[in-house]
Amino acid sequence: MFRQERKGQPLQHAGSVEAANDHFADVYAREQYGRRGESTALWVVPRSAVIEIDDFVDELNRNYHRVDGYPLKEKLKEARERAGTEADPGDR
Amino acid sequence: MNELEQKLILEIADDELVLGWRDSEWTGIAPMLEEDVAFSSIAQNEIGHARALYELVARELGTTADELAFDRSPDEYRCAPIVELRLLDWAQTIARHYLYEEADAIRLERLKRSDDPEIAGLAAKIDREEAYHRIHAQMWFDRLQGEPRFAAALAELRPQAAVLLDSELRGAHTPELPELWNEMTMVRRSQPAGTKW
Repeated sequence: MFRQERKGQPLQHAGSVEAANDHFADVYAREQYGRRGESTALWVVPRSAVIEIDDFVDELNRNYHRVDGYPLKEKLKEARERAGTEADPGDR
Repeated sequence: MNELEQKLILEIADDELVLGWRDSEWTGIAPMLEEDVAFSSIAQNEIGHARALYELVARELGTTADELAFDRSPDEYRCAPIVELRLLDWAQTIARHYLYEEADAIRLERLKRSDDPEIAGLAAKIDREEAYHRIHAQMWFDRLQGEPRFAAALAELRPQAAVLLDSELRGAHTPELPELWNEMTMVRRSQPAGTKW
């Protein structure tokens, strides 16, 4: 179950419904996510249509590929030590 | 609003109140969680419709919705016996739901054409919510169609559904009504005399 709160916004996963067929899924989705004016649109997608990917291999620990993974501060400090220069006062 | 209209509105209000009460007995024990939410919400809507209809008549009669709903004796109720039945079988419950929505759609169409703008307006408002009930009833009908238990329940209850559309057939009640009435009015009757809210 994906719902859009306001027009123009992305549809976001809101939960799931257990239903015998598409018709039941439609009715239960409306009932639980739509009929109080809380959504402008719903997407009801069968579970089987979802391709789930959760195995992200990083064997060589290439942390610069990761959004959280590149500690620039540390690298900069190491580089300065090697070069024997001090940190710029404005550079912290 | 003439006397005939008052009587008609009161009949529908009684149907909606009693059916809403009976349907709410499935809250917590409906076949699936999703259905529990959906059916409880339908029950709540029916009671909401009863309240709005009672209010309309209460203004005419110089009384209140609560007095109409809870201060009459069981034989003064004008509901149809079909809504009084305590059904413990889901197939029967869905059969009643389907038959009720079928009849309710017909009488709401009639009310929507009323010369009284208040009646027509309220009927239109109620009908917008009933549309969900009809979709729900139809979905179950499609799903259970062909199941012998459901077919038997429909055949058993269908003759009783005729009362919903005919004032002349009303007046008789099932032995289940007094017990339901007792439960329904218990809180209100338990208030000490003179209590004001």
